[in-house]
Amino acid sequence: MDPILLGQAALNGFLFGGVYSLMAVGLSLIFGVMRVINIAHGDMMVWGSYLAFILAFRLGLDPFVSFVLCAAALFCLGVVVQRGLVNRVLNAPHEMQILLMLGVALVLENLALVVFGPDTRRTESAYGLATVWFGPIFVDVARLITFALALALSCALYLFLFRSDLGKLIRAAADNGYGALVIGADVERIYTVAFGIGAACVGAAGALMSALLPFSPAAGFAQTVTSFNIVIIGGMGSLLGAFLGGLIVAVAESLGAVLLVPSLKELVGFVLLVLILLFRPQGLFGGKTP
Amino acid sequence: MRWAALGALAVLLVLPNFLGSYLLTVFIFIFFYAYLGQAWNLLGGYGGQISLGHAAFVGIGGYTSTYLAMTYKLSPWIGMFVGGAAAACLGAVIGYLGFRFGLRGFYFILLTVAFAEICRLVVSHVEALGGALGLFITFSGDPWQFQFSDNRYYYYIALGLMLAAMGIVALVERSRMGAYLAAIREDEDASEALGVNAFGTKLAAIVLSAFLTGVGGTFYANYLFSLQPNTAFGIPLSVEIILRPIVGGSGTLMGPILGSFILSPLAEVSRAYFAKGGLSGVHLIVYGSLLIAVVLFFPRGAYPYLRGLVRGRRGGA
Repeated sequence: MDPILLGQAALNGFLFGGVYSLMAVGLSLIFGVMRVINIAHGDMMVWGSYLAFILAFRLGLDPFVSFVLCAAALFCLGVVVQRGLVNRVLNAPHEMQILLMLGVALVLENLALVVFGPDTRRTESAYGLATVWFGPIFVDVARLITFALALALSCALYLFLFRSDLGKLIRAAADNGYGALVIGADVERIYTVAFGIGAACVGAAGALMSALLPFSPAAGFAQTVTSFNIVIIGGMGSLLGAFLGGLIVAVAESLGAVLLVPSLKELVGFVLLVLILLFRPQGLFGGKTP
Repeated sequence: MRWAALGALAVLLVLPNFLGSYLLTVFIFIFFYAYLGQAWNLLGGYGGQISLGHAAFVGIGGYTSTYLAMTYKLSPWIGMFVGGAAAACLGAVIGYLGFRFGLRGFYFILLTVAFAEICRLVVSHVEALGGALGLFITFSGDPWQFQFSDNRYYYYIALGLMLAAMGIVALVERSRMGAYLAAIREDEDASEALGVNAFGTKLAAIVLSAFLTGVGGTFYANYLFSLQPNTAFGIPLSVEIILRPIVGGSGTLMGPILGSFILSPLAEVSRAYFAKGGLSGVHLIVYGSLLIAVVLFFPRGAYPYLRGLVRGRRGGA
């Protein structure tokens, strides 16, 4: 196998990994704070992609600008889901929460199918085809920008959680919900904000990814599985783990597509999931178990 | 209660003589999904081990008997049990790995999803099984090949499957295994402390559940005359299977049947009204909303709720 080809695939995967990381950070935040398993995560991402597509199509907004609007819209969706649904079942058995989110996933995916149709779309970006060459290896400019933005957003989230008062309250509620209630924190409001931020992360990831990969309503489920893959590899509830896990999985998928038949790329993800579940369910970097 | 059940059975037995072909199809699907739901109920409802990959067993069962019928002319009536055995083997593998490694709750759900998707992807790449296009059964009208020119035969077969699964699950419910399963569902650690072999019981439950589901795969293939990896192994079929017992009341004998009588007509109505306009996803939006409503308002399902209503009225009078 040509080492340059492999290096190119690894680099492409690594740069693409930024959106995977951002998506997984959102899922990990939602799990870490509420212990709620967001099965609708991938479908929320698809909605972020479609919003970016519409903004580009109607208003000519580049996805590298419009991702802010997509994140804001998904924040609102997250707030509605948390306020209207999840807050009501926080004390219900775990299975019930999973079934509730499965219901949300079914509604979101098929609403996208009804509204946008089954066709595969891709958002046009001014940087879509630009490349920069470094010797024998080229760098895809769109991937580079995506990676930089995903990294910046993840850092901003980190600063928010560790420096701001609200962020510290969110972490307090994640560590001990009852304790946060005791010191007078409005835990339901904190949960609402946390779910909103998690959804905003995946909305931004969806908008950024829509410029790199084609998407359709049916893609949501695969993205959900990928998110869980990453979050379990990184350790459930660990933000740094989710970020690194995103890069690992993206590189593995990219190399898998070169080394195996491209149509078997999905298989790599599922086999990886089974192996991780069996041998290292606590993840590579530690974390909580549901 | 016994008279009501016998009366309902008598009505179902004579019903095909009064139904048009469309309604007959609706009833066939009600019975068939109630059957699959009952098989799932054994593991998910009684044992509390939720599988979101039960379509894998339908697919394995259907593909096995259809492949044997097409290549070796083996009658699907025999093949359905071979298919069931193949599904039971897969169930044993999933159960052994999942339970031996102590995967509970959401991790077990993910494991079942991953296995179903791996089966789907592998079968779509096997040329002998028709690849992504799948297998197509040609109609010969030979009853020995599980083919009938009159839909009423399928009606009685589906009804028979549903009643057989109900009988099997009723036996399990009353047996020692049923008590063990309930104990594991309520508190696995406590049940083990009392000497319940949780690993063996859960393994037996998933093998039996997979066998029944696999047998159903043969009916699925021969009633639809085709098998595609994306539909026979896909997540949407797994969702169809789990919805009925959950809506009707999981862990109860009547739950999957009641759930199927509620959901299948609802799906048919939304399909009939919206699919014509190209809105093919609407019945799944209905499913999703219903799932949300059940979790929020009737977390134990419709059957326990209705039974509570009846008892309450009797108690008041």
